[in-house]
Amino acid sequence: MSERKGRFVSHPDDAVAVVEGHAGADYYALMTEATRQLAIERGLLLQSDIDAVIAALEAPRPEWGAMIVARAWRDDAYRARLLADGSAAAAELGFRIKEAQLVVVENTPTLHNLIVCTLCSCYPRSLLGQPPWWYISKSYRARAVREPRKVLAELGLVIAADVELRVHDSNADMRYLVLPMPPAGSEALDEAELAAFVTRDAMVGAALAGSDAKMPFGRPVPPG
Amino acid sequence: MPRFSVGDRVHIVDLGKAGHIRIPWYVRHKDGDIERYCGAYANPEDLAYSRRDMPPVDLYRVRLRQIDLWPDYAGEAGDTLDIEVYDHWLEPGGSLT
Repeated sequence: MSERKGRFVSHPDDAVAVVEGHAGADYYALMTEATRQLAIERGLLLQSDIDAVIAALEAPRPEWGAMIVARAWRDDAYRARLLADGSAAAAELGFRIKEAQLVVVENTPTLHNLIVCTLCSCYPRSLLGQPPWWYISKSYRARAVREPRKVLAELGLVIAADVELRVHDSNADMRYLVLPMPPAGSEALDEAELAAFVTRDAMVGAALAGSDAKMPFGRPVPPG
Repeated sequence: MPRFSVGDRVHIVDLGKAGHIRIPWYVRHKDGDIERYCGAYANPEDLAYSRRDMPPVDLYRVRLRQIDLWPDYAGEAGDTLDIEVYDHWLEPGGSLT
């Protein structure tokens, strides 16, 4: 590897995480940093502008989606509105899906839904935040449509043979949220307690909402 | 007025276009059923090249059977895949086999 100088690569630990097979990742990281420095030097941007955009990108959290799911589990009328128009139902709870229309797909005892974006990494980021690493991997993107049962089994989720597995390729103007089934034995819990069972992976269809999947971040907080 | 209705059988064509195409290869030349009409959206094939004055195009979700997508599909016969397809990539399909 050629010697790299400059403040942005001073130690191997600072190196940009290269996505598998993503040729040119170092080049684009370098160009991004150079553009940032130039824009600030020339007074086009303040660092605080950049920080604000990054903070906005990082604000959405899986807990926001979990609040929607928990409401749907406790309120049948809300659930019906959510399945009919995901964006409008999310807005009812104060969540604005900015990048596209939200489509909510419901798991049932006879149907399991799984979300993938084969072409890139489309994901409801303004609701759930950034996708997990495996979601953007080329391996998941290729295999989730080709052998989804095997992929799910590798993730620890075996779909019974009599359950239809429906894969949604998030390839264009919709974004997808899986409405999982509530965990067994959760009938007496209130919405906030229920939301703690709804993980990010369950809302992608890569896991079930379950008792062993408590949110590591505590109680959900609505967007500010 | 959208050209297709929910349940219509459709065939996904291969327009052979280069550039920013959102219709992946694995669904081209395949048949499915219209699952829903999504509305009209700017065509990404134009948007990617800053052609912003083009009319919006109708977008549908099409449901395909996995066994129609992959001849050696190893899952269950009832497994399905839903994908979004713009109107100009669709033509009326044949009868359901």
